[in-house]
Amino acid sequence: MNKSKKTAAGVYMVIPYILLVIVAIVSVFPLLWVFFAATHTNTQIYQTGMAFALGGNIVENYKNLMEFSNIWRNLANSIFIAVVYTVLVCLIDSMAGFAFAKFTFKGRDTLFFVLTCSMFIPQQVTLVPLFIQLSGMGLINTLPAVILPSLTNIFGVFLMRQNLMAYPSDLLESARIDGAGDLRVFFTIVLPTMKPVLASLAILSFVQMWGNYLWPLIALNDRDNFTVPLVLALMRAPGQVVDNGAIMLGASMALLPVVVFFLFFQKNFIQGILSGAVKG
Amino acid sequence: MKDKTKRKLVPWLFLTPFLVLFIIFMAYPTIYSIVISFTNFRAGKFNFVGWANFKFVFNDATFLKAVGNTFILMLIQVPIQTFLCVVLANFLNIARLKLKGMFRMLSFTPVLIDAVSYSIVFSLFFSNDPASLANTALGLFGVQPVEWVNMVWPARILLVIAVTWRWTGYNSIIILGGLQNISHDLYEAAELDGAGPVKQFFAITIPSIKPVILFSVVLSVTGTLQLFTEPNLITSGGPVNSTLTIVQYLYNTGFKAFSYGVASAGAYVLAIMIAILTFIQMRVTKEKD
Repeated sequence: MNKSKKTAAGVYMVIPYILLVIVAIVSVFPLLWVFFAATHTNTQIYQTGMAFALGGNIVENYKNLMEFSNIWRNLANSIFIAVVYTVLVCLIDSMAGFAFAKFTFKGRDTLFFVLTCSMFIPQQVTLVPLFIQLSGMGLINTLPAVILPSLTNIFGVFLMRQNLMAYPSDLLESARIDGAGDLRVFFTIVLPTMKPVLASLAILSFVQMWGNYLWPLIALNDRDNFTVPLVLALMRAPGQVVDNGAIMLGASMALLPVVVFFLFFQKNFIQGILSGAVKG
Repeated sequence: MKDKTKRKLVPWLFLTPFLVLFIIFMAYPTIYSIVISFTNFRAGKFNFVGWANFKFVFNDATFLKAVGNTFILMLIQVPIQTFLCVVLANFLNIARLKLKGMFRMLSFTPVLIDAVSYSIVFSLFFSNDPASLANTALGLFGVQPVEWVNMVWPARILLVIAVTWRWTGYNSIIILGGLQNISHDLYEAAELDGAGPVKQFFAITIPSIKPVILFSVVLSVTGTLQLFTEPNLITSGGPVNSTLTIVQYLYNTGFKAFSYGVASAGAYVLAIMIAILTFIQMRVTKEKD
């Protein structure tokens, strides 16, 4: 009886395993394909069989890619934008989250309500005014034009507030009695205990900014200032002689840092998604 | 007294960096956008035109088509994805599952690749070429090659497949978070009452994860309403505008034709649609409780 029950359960387990293996393959295959395709010629890429072998065209692809745009410069732009954005979001949002979590002040609830409402306003509403504004500031076609508007990351404020609310107020009080200033208390005592959630916020922000397309497309118009995704999209624009080998080489240069980053921090990544869902 | 005022300023000290940015780059442009939507921009000047831009948008066949297309994509994509997510999350939550961490990790790798790269990859997988990956796969089942981006429904299906590929794993992790918060006692009690796994699933699991499912649906609805990169790069909105989305329309009017007023009016129409849909979804799930 017991034995047959076990086998029956074992049979039921086959279905999840089959589905999970299929999901895993389907999920990973396109990413791996990017790296393989980077080594093939444009014609080979249209042939399905090439996905499982390395080709010999990587040098040629690199030459064509560099001829189109200085991809290293574009990669540097991508890194600069994503890193500066990530650091600033973590800093600014944790400070704001701290104010909401640990202080009572006039207008706090109203302000919080306004922020909650503005989370539902789609980014597209601000595209035209931001473009006019940033042109007026002389910032269009500079990297800060991409970073600055994105810094209004309300999700980050909420995430930090949630986590900072759990920080014991007694500890804050005793640190204050010891005469430490509020900023110093925050940065030397509170923030170091927030490392896990900061890591989650950092990873989500980084990946989001790394793949950002619509706003950079509007804010940047000089190939030298482009991020990698913008260059890749431009390489396929109408009127271009499309070289998919070169495009996939560029795509793998954009993908590799994220994959490495992810392998190191995957726990925080999952945690970030979960915290956004359950608490936010 | 002086000390007290000083203490009152402390929270504002922490809030200032965020608030300054919020006011300049969010609050101000949001309001400015309302003003722009009632004007037209001619020779460097904004002229007040009343409701003309809104009237234009609602009478513009292209805009209406874009709204229709976007809703078609949403109405197909979101239910499929949500169903897949609930199944996948439940499988990922099986207690005896081996290699759990690996399966979880692999299932959301699709969000790692940037939107542009993955769109290009999908346009290659589903190219019109008879030798493309999708057409080769169909050939195994004796199906003739499909001209994916030249036909209305194949182009739409292709976009649905691409978006579902990208977001199913991510949303499954969200739903998995809800599953992990269900107390084991509930299941044990149900088992003592003689409830089988199917009954347990519908009586305990589904009601418990309703809030996370709602969250995932709201995210997906909002996300599909704002689709841009995929239709822009995979189908270019074609054939004959049959996959043109709302945001593509806004981009084309605002930044190709430079009709700022029309683009702002359209953006507000989109914002109102998102607000209404979010509100409805929240109401629907609340009423059932």
